[in-house]
Amino acid sequence: MATLEIRDLHVSVEADNATKEILKGVDLTVKQGETHAIMGPNGSGKSTLAYSIAGHPKYTITSGTVTLDGEDILEMSVDERARAGLFLAMQYPIEIPGVSVSNFLRTSATAVRGEAPKLRTWVKEVKEAMAGLQMDPAFAERNVNEGFSGGEKKRHEILQLELLKPKVAILDETDSGLDVDALRVVSEGVNRVRESGEVGTLLITHYTRILRYIKPDFVHVFANGRIAESGGAELADKLENEGYEAYVKAVA
Amino acid sequence: MAEAQNAPTLGSARVGGTPPAGSTTAGSIAVAAESTVATRMSAPPSYDVADFPVPHGREEEWRFTPLERLRGLHDGTAVATGDGVKVVVEAPEGVTVETVGRDDARLRKGGTPVDRVAAQAYASFERASVVTVAKEAVLTEPVRIGVHGEGGTAYGHQLVELGAFAEAVVVIDHTGDAVLAANIDFVLGDGAKLTVVSVQDWDEKAVHVGQHNALVGRDASFKSVVVTFGGDLVRLHPRVAYAGPGGEAELFGLYFTDKGQHQEHRLLVDHNTPHCKSNVAYKGALQGDGAHAVWIGDVLIQAAAEGTDTYEMNRNLVLTDGARVDSVPNLEIETGEIVGAGHASATGRFEDEQLFYLQSRGIPEEEARRLVVRGFFAELVQQIGLPDVEARLLDKIEDELKASV
Repeated sequence: MATLEIRDLHVSVEADNATKEILKGVDLTVKQGETHAIMGPNGSGKSTLAYSIAGHPKYTITSGTVTLDGEDILEMSVDERARAGLFLAMQYPIEIPGVSVSNFLRTSATAVRGEAPKLRTWVKEVKEAMAGLQMDPAFAERNVNEGFSGGEKKRHEILQLELLKPKVAILDETDSGLDVDALRVVSEGVNRVRESGEVGTLLITHYTRILRYIKPDFVHVFANGRIAESGGAELADKLENEGYEAYVKAVA
Repeated sequence: MAEAQNAPTLGSARVGGTPPAGSTTAGSIAVAAESTVATRMSAPPSYDVADFPVPHGREEEWRFTPLERLRGLHDGTAVATGDGVKVVVEAPEGVTVETVGRDDARLRKGGTPVDRVAAQAYASFERASVVTVAKEAVLTEPVRIGVHGEGGTAYGHQLVELGAFAEAVVVIDHTGDAVLAANIDFVLGDGAKLTVVSVQDWDEKAVHVGQHNALVGRDASFKSVVVTFGGDLVRLHPRVAYAGPGGEAELFGLYFTDKGQHQEHRLLVDHNTPHCKSNVAYKGALQGDGAHAVWIGDVLIQAAAEGTDTYEMNRNLVLTDGARVDSVPNLEIETGEIVGAGHASATGRFEDEQLFYLQSRGIPEEEARRLVVRGFFAELVQQIGLPDVEARLLDKIEDELKASV
C-alpha cells in the first residue's frame, strides 16, 4: 500500500535577502485510499507544504524527510517525483503558450506511465474524462491554461488527476474561485479518483465548503507552519462554527 | 509577455505589459503622417555605393547591428577573395539558368539598394545567376540554389524571374562559412505564383547581409519563407512591392538565435498599388548569452493603395537569460479606404514556472523545453505548405534544442 510519510519537515524561503522559515516541523502520514483535509488560515504554510513536496525550486528543505513507499522523494527531481506517483493540482495553474491540451496530456501520460498510451483507447479515455468534468471537446485544442477561466483551469487540473492516476494527490485550494456548480463537478471528478481506492488524497483548503462534496477521513488544522490539531471529519464542523481564531491566537 | 496588438482598424498602437528583461517591443501605427518608413533610411535608394555614407551605428537602420562584426562589408574594406562562395543551381526542365555579367539590364528590375551594404553588393558582384521560368510553365519540382561559403569574402546577385502565370518553388540554401553581401530579386509576372524558401544554415563564423526584393505582378502570389539558424551575423532585408493590383504576398520567417549570434530581419511591404494583400508572420526562439534577434516590420500603405489588406506579426520566445530581442512593427497608412491593417508583436519568456508545471506532470526538463519550442513554431511551420521543408525545419529545431545551453 502506497504511503506518503512526512517527518519533521522544515522549509524556508529566501525573501528580501533574508531566510524565512515557513514550515516548522510537519508530521503527516497519508496512506493510499485515505483522504486528509488540511485546513488553515492564510499564510499558515499550507501551500508551502504542497509545493515543497512537489519540489518547487523556490522552497528549501532545511531538515526532515518526505518518503513515498520508503523512497526519499526529496532526492528526486520534480519530474521524477511525478513519475514516482505524486500529483499536485495547483491553485494557480501556469499558462503554456503554443502547447495544446491534447499534446500536453498525452506527453505527460506517456512520461508517467512509462510508455505512450495506445492511441485508440487514449482518445476514448480523454473524451470520457472530459465529458465527466463537463468540458467541451474543443478544449483539447486550446493551449494549456491560456485564456482559461478559473473554473476551466481547475477542471483541467482534475482532468489530469483522473488521467495520470497518481498514488498521492495533493489538491491545493482546488475549491478557491469556483461557483457551486463548478465545485460540484470538480468534486465529483476527485471522488471518481478516490473511489478507485488507489489514491491517497491531501486536500488543502481554506473553507469547509468543499468538504460537503469530498468527505475527508482526517482533518488537520494548520497554523504557524505545523499541524496544530488533528481529528476526524467532525473537526471541520468545529472550524465551520468557530473559525481559525483559537489557533491564530494560540500562536500569537 | 509584452504585447502590442492592433485590431485591423485605424488607430494608434497600444503597447501593454512589461517586457521581460533584455527585450524591447515597440509598435506604431502612423496615419497620414510624414513617412517614417521612408525616413527610417538615412539616404534614398541608389545603385551607387557613394550615395550612402559609411554607417557609424546611430542611424535608424543600423542602430541594432554590431558594425564591427560586419567584417568591413559596410565601409568598403571587405575585399572579395575570388572563390569565396560557390553557387550551384539545380533546375528541372522548363527553367533557364544563366550566369550573366553586370551589364545585364534585367538585374535592375527587382528593386534598388536601400542601404550601404546592399549598394556595395550591387557595385561589387562580377557575375549574377539568373533563373527564368517561362510564361505559363508550371514546375512540379523545386529549383534548388545552393550558396556554399568556402571561407572567403564575396559579393553576389541573383534574379529569379517568372513569366506570366508561371508557377515555381525555389529553395535557396546558404551553408558553409563566408563573408557575403548578396541581393536577390524576385520578379513575378502577372498571375504568377512563386514560393521561395531561403535557409541560412551557416557555420558559426559566417556573416551574411542581403536585400531581397520581390516585385509582385498583377494578381500574382509571392510566398517567402526565411529560415535563419546559423551564422555569426545575419542581416536580411526582404522587401515587397507590387507591379499591379490584385497581388498577394505572404512573408513567413523562423529563426533560432543561439549564444552570441546576431540575427536581424528587416521587412518592408510597400503597398503602392490598390487591392493587394500582405501577411507577415515571423517567429523566433533565442537561447544563450548574447543571442540577439532584431525584427523590424515596416508596412507602408500609400495613398493610391485603396483596398489594401495587411497584417504583420512577430513573436519571440526567450528560452534563457542573457538573450535580447528588439521587435519593432511599424504600420503607416496614407489612405483610409482599406480592407484591414494591423500588427502584433510579442516577446515571451520560457519561465521557470512553466518548466515546473510541465515537470510536475512527469515531463523531463529537456522534453518540456522541446514541447514548448515545437509548439511555438508548429503553427507557423504548418503554413509553409511544403512537407519536405516542414519536416526539415522541425528536425533542425530539434537539433538546435539538443545543442542548447
